Amino acid sequence: MAIDKTITGAEAVITALVENGVEVIFGYPGGAVLPLYDAIFDNKKIKHILVRHEQAAVHAAEGYARSTGKVGCVLVTSGPGATNAITGLTDALMDSIPVICLSGQVPTHLIGTDAFQEADTTGISRPCTKHNYLVKDADNLCDIIHESFYIASTGRPGPVLIDLPKDVQLTKIKYNKKRNRIKNKSSNNNPKINMKIITKVVDLLVNAQKPIIYAGGGVINAGPKTSTLLTELVDLLNSPVTLTLMGLGSVSNDNKNFLGMLGMHGTYEANLAMHNCDVMLNVGARFDDRVTGRLNAFAPNSKKIHIDIDKSSINKVVSVDFGIVGDCKEVLTILVQEIKKLHNQKILKSKTDWWTQIKEWKKKDSLGFKQIGKNIKPQQAIKSLYNKTKSFDTFITTEVGQHQMWAAQYFGFSKPNHWMTSGGLGTMGYGLPSSVGVQIAHPDSLVIDISGEASFLMNMQELSTIVQYNLPVKIFILNNQWMGMVRQWQELNHGSRYSESYTESLPDFVLLAKSFGIKGLRVEEIDKLDSTIDEMLNTNGPVIADIRVEKEENCFPMIPSGAAHNEMILGAEDKPKDTSDAGLALV
Amino acid sequence: MSVYQNNEINEEETSRTLSLVVDNQPGTLARVIGLFSGRGYNIESLNVTEIDNTRNLSRISLVTRGTSMTIEQIKSQLLRIVPVHIVRDLTLEGPFIRSELALVKLIIKGANRVEALRVAETFRARTLDVTLSSFVFELTGKPSKIDAFIELMRSLGDTEISRTGVSAISRGNKSETKLLEQIELN
Repeated sequence: MAIDKTITGAEAVITALVENGVEVIFGYPGGAVLPLYDAIFDNKKIKHILVRHEQAAVHAAEGYARSTGKVGCVLVTSGPGATNAITGLTDALMDSIPVICLSGQVPTHLIGTDAFQEADTTGISRPCTKHNYLVKDADNLCDIIHESFYIASTGRPGPVLIDLPKDVQLTKIKYNKKRNRIKNKSSNNNPKINMKIITKVVDLLVNAQKPIIYAGGGVINAGPKTSTLLTELVDLLNSPVTLTLMGLGSVSNDNKNFLGMLGMHGTYEANLAMHNCDVMLNVGARFDDRVTGRLNAFAPNSKKIHIDIDKSSINKVVSVDFGIVGDCKEVLTILVQEIKKLHNQKILKSKTDWWTQIKEWKKKDSLGFKQIGKNIKPQQAIKSLYNKTKSFDTFITTEVGQHQMWAAQYFGFSKPNHWMTSGGLGTMGYGLPSSVGVQIAHPDSLVIDISGEASFLMNMQELSTIVQYNLPVKIFILNNQWMGMVRQWQELNHGSRYSESYTESLPDFVLLAKSFGIKGLRVEEIDKLDSTIDEMLNTNGPVIADIRVEKEENCFPMIPSGAAHNEMILGAEDKPKDTSDAGLALV
Repeated sequence: MSVYQNNEINEEETSRTLSLVVDNQPGTLARVIGLFSGRGYNIESLNVTEIDNTRNLSRISLVTRGTSMTIEQIKSQLLRIVPVHIVRDLTLEGPFIRSELALVKLIIKGANRVEALRVAETFRARTLDVTLSSFVFELTGKPSKIDAFIELMRSLGDTEISRTGVSAISRGNKSETKLLEQIELN
């Protein structure tokens, strides 16, 4: 039987993307992807968003993925296109975001000859993707695309790169549909949950007198239902709950048991509860160094339970008493079920003492600040922004630094998938392109990029993308003219020797906005803050709001580097001990 | 002591022999090696070759060192690599055989040539090549036996060494067939 070789590789790629549910692709054309761009040209099912830099394409895809739960899709050319995407891919790997990146490659017969715009893309991206492919045989193309979606979105999600030589894109092939079963060992990556351990864990949780639930991005990745389950578990156990930066929104900020974010800039009560707990339940978080502080003093008297889809996360940095490898949703379903079976007030140990203690810690009001004088405190700027946007379906993206921490501390998140930030990699310049992806996915929602002036400069070329697609993104720049977090560490650890951390030669952001034909606002005094935010929110198109804030405000509370949860400092007056030599070496 | 040192402090590092079944594809070995270098683990010995050409599979025998927590981490990390199908910890599983092949060239003239042959015979090394001023011996066995042989040869003259690295397999009737059958034909 003659096989119908009816379509080109490039057309097959686009067909396979459609078959896998892709509606939007973020990309930038170039020589090695011209056949793919030709296939997109009159395709009605996929909308291509032209970014202004390939790194931004990946961040946009991340924002799209994180705010929808779908796989984000990227298309870049060979050589510089692919190398520019590397930061984005690493970011997606660190934060477990499902992204497919298609990269062009020089034709197979030129690979290895140092051809124009050739780079060893699979070699370069190997450590920063979950998996990658170089497609040398066009007949494998369809299967590889289908498999890549499976790999990106199952188990612990992550980025997958497919390198597509130009001749492969031009070869005529027969289109293969997705098969029911993907031939891949990770089809077995839905591990069976060990019920014996569940029984022990339930017993531990029910008998805990000082429990704490600590949840992270895994809860968000497991879908919105998981947040409901987590909240149910919190209520059933009447346990305090704290969230990591990546987990914000998985329990509503107004939940009475929610202690706020934990970790380096977490609340006093969250960190002290972690330090003093007797049972810790970690749901989909990974004991990141921003969270644990000094490891040899981390929750010293506790039994620890860790739920994670990735076996390698368990016992990586903190050894736990019980590790459960599984999807957060499935494990929480079982836990809630089992606890409900046992549930009556007599079985649950009284937690009155524990809650009394937590209330004492709360009295410290670790997020308290004083808005005095005319200068705008950055904390107040975020608080006001939150108060004015509470009633909307608001999506927040951030860059990296002080403004990111203040956003995490003072903005309230009541739902999952509404908070997009670069947690693991800490990529300055993430927020603006990410907001592009979020706004594309949610055209009618309010999308705000909470930014710092230094981070904003890193990817501000995306203003052009925002204008091209008329995305009504609100860019809320906390402008203190410093790389604030760098300045803060130099103040605390390097004797206020502010080496290269001043943001010199800033543009006039209002004029910058004007040059793109969008609205620019500036506010310098506290009594005009509210009206500026109102004006920003009431504007139909994109806005850059230059919020001039107190220049030398530090981000507190803080666990200094090398310190433990119970050694956190609450403010400048709370003079920290000199950072230890070992602590100085930490980032 | 580092402040970020994990809470398992005093355990000694031990040597472990791992046996991996992986897809025989470009890049698979690079992924495995990249994992070790990227995460700061050591490879003491590495040996790779195809073992099944219908399924297109290779075996990697690998010797590494670490505390039990590190070894568990290495094994879990290896299993995250998509083309890695099976990771067996032979040291943990029970008795196993590790064997290595070495080719040793000895440049030698005069009276000591007899001594070299005598040592080779004692070690049951095969003589693969002879000239009036050199030998090439082939020796298989445990790495420690090969170390001892090489040391003796070095004391006799100039040497050139080529070793395969450890190849390992478990003792007894335990088989991988079932595990392998779960891997679909590529």
